[in-house]
Amino acid sequence: MGTPNILFRLLEELNNRQLLKADSSIDYCPAVDIEPIHWLAVTHMIQQYQARFAGLWVKELDNAFYVIACFYIEKNYLFVRTALHKKTPLRLPSLSCLYLASSRFERHAHDLFGIEFTGNEDSRRWTRHQAWSANQYPLRKDFPKAGYSTGKTPTDKTYPFLQATGEGVCEVPVGPIHAGIIEPGHFRFQIAGEDILYLEERLGYLHKGIEKTAEGKDISDLIHLASHVSGDCAVSYAWSACMAIESALQITAPDRALFIRAILAERERIANHLWDAAAICNDVGFAFAYYQLGRLRELWLRTNAQLFGHRLLMNCLAISGVQKDYLPESAVQVIRQELKPLEKEVGELERILNSNASLQNRLKTTGILSSDIAQAVGALGYVGKASGIDFDVRRDAPYAPYHQFKIDSPVLSEGDVAARLSIRLKEIVNSLQLIDALLKDLPAGDYQTGWKMPHRATSGIGIVESWRGELLTFVGLDSLGKISRYFPRDPSWFNWLALERLIYHDIVPDFPVCNKSINGSYSGCDL
Amino acid sequence: MMSRIVYSFLQTSLIIACAPLFVGFIKMLKCWLQNRSAPSVFQRYRDLRKLFHKQTIIAHHASWIFRFAPYLIFSITVLIASAIPLIISPSKTIGFTDVILIAGLFGLSRFFLALAALDIGTSFGGMGASREMTVATLAEPALMIAFFSLAMMASSTRLDVITTYLSAHSLWFNPSMLFVAIAFAMIAVAETGRIPVDNPATHLELTMIHEAMILEYSGRHLALIEWAAQIKLLIYITLFANLFLPFPLINQLSLSAMGLNGGIVIMKLLLLAFVLVLAETHLAKLRLFRVPLLLNMAFLLCLLGLLMHVITN
Repeated sequence: MGTPNILFRLLEELNNRQLLKADSSIDYCPAVDIEPIHWLAVTHMIQQYQARFAGLWVKELDNAFYVIACFYIEKNYLFVRTALHKKTPLRLPSLSCLYLASSRFERHAHDLFGIEFTGNEDSRRWTRHQAWSANQYPLRKDFPKAGYSTGKTPTDKTYPFLQATGEGVCEVPVGPIHAGIIEPGHFRFQIAGEDILYLEERLGYLHKGIEKTAEGKDISDLIHLASHVSGDCAVSYAWSACMAIESALQITAPDRALFIRAILAERERIANHLWDAAAICNDVGFAFAYYQLGRLRELWLRTNAQLFGHRLLMNCLAISGVQKDYLPESAVQVIRQELKPLEKEVGELERILNSNASLQNRLKTTGILSSDIAQAVGALGYVGKASGIDFDVRRDAPYAPYHQFKIDSPVLSEGDVAARLSIRLKEIVNSLQLIDALLKDLPAGDYQTGWKMPHRATSGIGIVESWRGELLTFVGLDSLGKISRYFPRDPSWFNWLALERLIYHDIVPDFPVCNKSINGSYSGCDL
Repeated sequence: MMSRIVYSFLQTSLIIACAPLFVGFIKMLKCWLQNRSAPSVFQRYRDLRKLFHKQTIIAHHASWIFRFAPYLIFSITVLIASAIPLIISPSKTIGFTDVILIAGLFGLSRFFLALAALDIGTSFGGMGASREMTVATLAEPALMIAFFSLAMMASSTRLDVITTYLSAHSLWFNPSMLFVAIAFAMIAVAETGRIPVDNPATHLELTMIHEAMILEYSGRHLALIEWAAQIKLLIYITLFANLFLPFPLINQLSLSAMGLNGGIVIMKLLLLAFVLVLAETHLAKLRLFRVPLLLNMAFLLCLLGLLMHVITN
């Protein structure tokens, strides 16, 4: 990855203003170490360079907490790190005045590490429900892994939602338990008649302590854990974790393994997009498309089970390769045979969906996310692409094997449910063609290589384009080769914010289809 | 007199007993049309049996309205079922047949359902009730105008007189009748909560109309309400079949005539079920705020039918 001009200029400017610490030694690519007092100033400058905020997390090391923020600046990622010594007050200025999305990351960091972000207008707890008390910080090293939990978690009744008042205004709580088989999450509507005045999400019901569980695990156990963080993203999570560890250990997987990973990732993308498209149609009562798309997905998943041993492709990846050589010639044939028929069927269904006036009438102009708001919250994946944000990690910050291929990433400007559906259908076709191209060039060779532990503390970053969008994983390793920190950042951290905002101009009965068109991951954000 | 009572009783029982079968049949057709295997046509009976055997849970702060509503709604629906022509003309059965009364009874049952939905005070119930009333304020006037158009032709508001008049004059292809028929179909879809107005199969509380009102019902209460909804669907379809589709009802009570007419009515119902399924497969659910447009259209069509009748006579 060559350093492009814009990032270079930014770094130079930071250096000229003496904002960088003298001993900037960091073991992952473009990163700067700064003093806590410069935290806001540096971010402000980074924002001037049209950077997108891509996450914030904390890592405890020896006698300090390191707060790391990630930004994407024109085809490059920049990591900004600052150290808060344990003896000093654990306090940093909040970035939420510059980047909307940083607020929830900061609240998460506060709940789990006890770092206070001053100036964050929303200082309510986020990940913490009632399972631990306000002065306990589970991700600190001195917090026991088993926790202090004594049985059942009490109900969380005291979360202060923002409330609207006025004549005819009422509050509608929805969830966390929903009627369908979906994950738990609470939505609090303030409505006047059918018009939505304000929607607030309350997540965290699926907090499983993934970050804490990961600590002390072996590398291979982490990959296993990663593929279970968010069930529909098994490959992407595992891949980004592998990538993070591989970059930390400075090893690379053999070409064949990378191709197999890409084929798995594209298969995951296709299965999920099919199912989402089906569910969007079902939410507006168009059952025909639901069953047809659902049928296609089911057949696709059965092939997954047959060739890869798991319908949702869990546990297929391994460090520096894949678990086994999944693609002997016979398997390649099976995959090939499915590509054209699926492409044809999806094309036919797309024609039917596009020509059905009743369905289009329902989906068009519903849940519009304007390009400005998408930009402001940093929307990713199909949510961003449907609102004019032309970004795809596979193309814009390519990783092997995608750098060898031409990636077509669809982009639309309407930003409504119809656009998000359309992006999905287009991505299905693109992914099918990509699988075909990958199979054509599938290199021979090993599916895994050996690797050695470096026996020093190190860390790495993995960034892949999951089916929901950019997925970033940070992995820290201690000198024994055990995991010291694992933080996967799901694209839904940003897309959930988009949902809260795109619903403003809509009515209550349109919420389910808007929600489905975003389809944020609960498990991936609650961790 | 005795035989009239017996026929009346038999005909009403037939409607009540066959309503779940008819809904099951619609479901089966729908599945077939969507290339999937269907549950048995008798599935609705099993569902009802299951619900009748289940425990009935009632919210702590539910008042008598909540407990009383299911029985009232079911009774009213059965009462209406006894008044409509199925195989035999209503003049040969007992009871009332006034169309205004029928519309009023439907209104009464809806009123209690909405009250019951508000009674327990959950937000979904309130939302459902408010939506149902929005639909009702538009559907009920349209229904009245539809009935009035028919009544003006037959110079009576009695269903038996109307059906007899329509058969005698073979008015089925009269333009005024066509307008009213289209409007009546639209009203029926709204009143029975089918796609595109409401989606009876959805699990999404926020989008529901009818289902949102009965979310808190369980056990036998739910069974009665569901059954009543099935009967209501059959009532509307039967009304449509016998008012707007050709072939007169019989007046004599011979077994052969009844058998023949029964066959014809069944064919008509199956045909209508197929049309309903076709429409439901082809259409997505309307945006809530578009439902009034649909019902306004129905109202205008009825009015047009009425005007056309006045002008041509």
